Amino acid sequence: MDDLLTIESLSIRHAGRPLVSGVSLSVAAGERVGLIGESGSGKSLTALAAIGLLPEGMTASGSVRLAGRQVIGATDREVVGLRGAAVATIFQEPLTALDPLMRIGDQIAEVVRRRARRDGRSPSRADVFAEVTGLMARVALPDPARLARAYPHEMSGGQRQRAAIAMALACRPRLLIADEPTTALDVTTQAEVLKLLETLVREENMGLLFISHDLPVVGTAVDRVLVLRAGELVEEGPVAEVFRRPRHPYTVGLVEAARAFDQAIGAAL
Amino acid sequence: MSLVDLTAVSFAYGRGRTVLDGIDLRIEAGRNLGIVGESGSGKTTLLRLLLGLARPSSGRIGFRGAALDPGDRSFMRGFRRAVQAVFQDPYSSLDPRQKIADIVAEPLRSLKIATDVDAAVAEALASVDLPLDAAGRYPHEFSGGQRQRIAIARAIVSQPELVLADEVVSALDLTTRIRIVELLKALSAKTTLVLVSHDIGFVALLCQDLVILEKGRIVEQGPARDILSAPKHPYTQRLLESTPRLPDFA
Repeated sequence: MDDLLTIESLSIRHAGRPLVSGVSLSVAAGERVGLIGESGSGKSLTALAAIGLLPEGMTASGSVRLAGRQVIGATDREVVGLRGAAVATIFQEPLTALDPLMRIGDQIAEVVRRRARRDGRSPSRADVFAEVTGLMARVALPDPARLARAYPHEMSGGQRQRAAIAMALACRPRLLIADEPTTALDVTTQAEVLKLLETLVREENMGLLFISHDLPVVGTAVDRVLVLRAGELVEEGPVAEVFRRPRHPYTVGLVEAARAFDQAIGAAL
Repeated sequence: MSLVDLTAVSFAYGRGRTVLDGIDLRIEAGRNLGIVGESGSGKTTLLRLLLGLARPSSGRIGFRGAALDPGDRSFMRGFRRAVQAVFQDPYSSLDPRQKIADIVAEPLRSLKIATDVDAAVAEALASVDLPLDAAGRYPHEFSGGQRQRIAIARAIVSQPELVLADEVVSALDLTTRIRIVELLKALSAKTTLVLVSHDIGFVALLCQDLVILEKGRIVEQGPARDILSAPKHPYTQRLLESTPRLPDFA
């Protein structure tokens, strides 16, 4: 099975200080991998390194292969071609991914047109609009033809994150990186968005790298999990095994804490 | 007599949308109350009313039986002494230019409470498991969890009867969160807590009573045990079903 993303011995440093040390992971098509960590664990930096978007001043060493191409040391031009085609990313706060001054339909259309150009096509306006509303329907946005004319501030948080997912899908990426995609959402909305992500990843046979601090959320979203602490991987394995029999003391602490909250509402199960 | 009671309280901004509609609730001394709601439920507005920071558009808020009047300064001084608050973001709720001793002592000064300030600060810091030498340091020297402890120390320094806590663990990591829960559990031996949160798991760990808010209305309230084991309102049921839990792999 070809890996969509292979990270080997990734280290990231800033001003001589190590932020991520020796992280290795891989994601294959159809595989759902979770990266768990608390603040400062380096989980988001790992994701940014995977798409060649590390903030200035940070240096990465090791190997990051995206769709078989080396990202570390590659020029911006080389990596830009991979983003969208090989990988799409959704972040915690959809507002930062959306242009506040542009109607949501136009933002999705821009991605649709860019992908068409990549494929050597030049679709008509009507074709683009049909694809945009199709994508919006795919992510269960209500009344796509009408909502396409809305600006981001006119939409709810859940709708905005669905729109960001629609934009990611418009690229037809083989790998989806989701960095805390539901953290800013209400729990009832979170449950819907998680279900949507699961369906899309399965139906499109995408690889998923799901990053979160929230153990129960990761537990429902992925099959295999890696635990990061202070920039180092402390444990990895199938999600059932890691959550049932955590080996590293740090993971044990995390799982116990999560279970304590679960047990408090356990009576409701 | 209830510590705080709300009768038919509604709130709207100007002639605009009604944010809270017909709220009836009681806060009893010695019983922690969890107010659970999602965004737009009105929980923050309810907290502002409970703190006397806003007046209801209609209805009545009572404090130990007397009507809460934010315009009555001497009444409010007694109220502030009895009711303190802790907020979500420990980074913005502490003045970066003040030493911890001054931050924690602030309620004693502003409420003109005659006491040995140094001793009271030392006691408050000890109650939140911070070392005494923290008093001479500044907020930036502390982690998020430690800052939240400092904010809690400030809230309890005047020995209030009631502490209102607004999403106090939402900004914290899981392992830090569980330690703050333990701290709050210890504190609730002396002080009644009202926890406002979107996180039903968090409030369930600490509260005997729950209020479930949806779009400005209370859809369900009562003993936490009853609501968690047999939620009656469809919204409460959906909230509980949606709350992610570790999958049961057993």
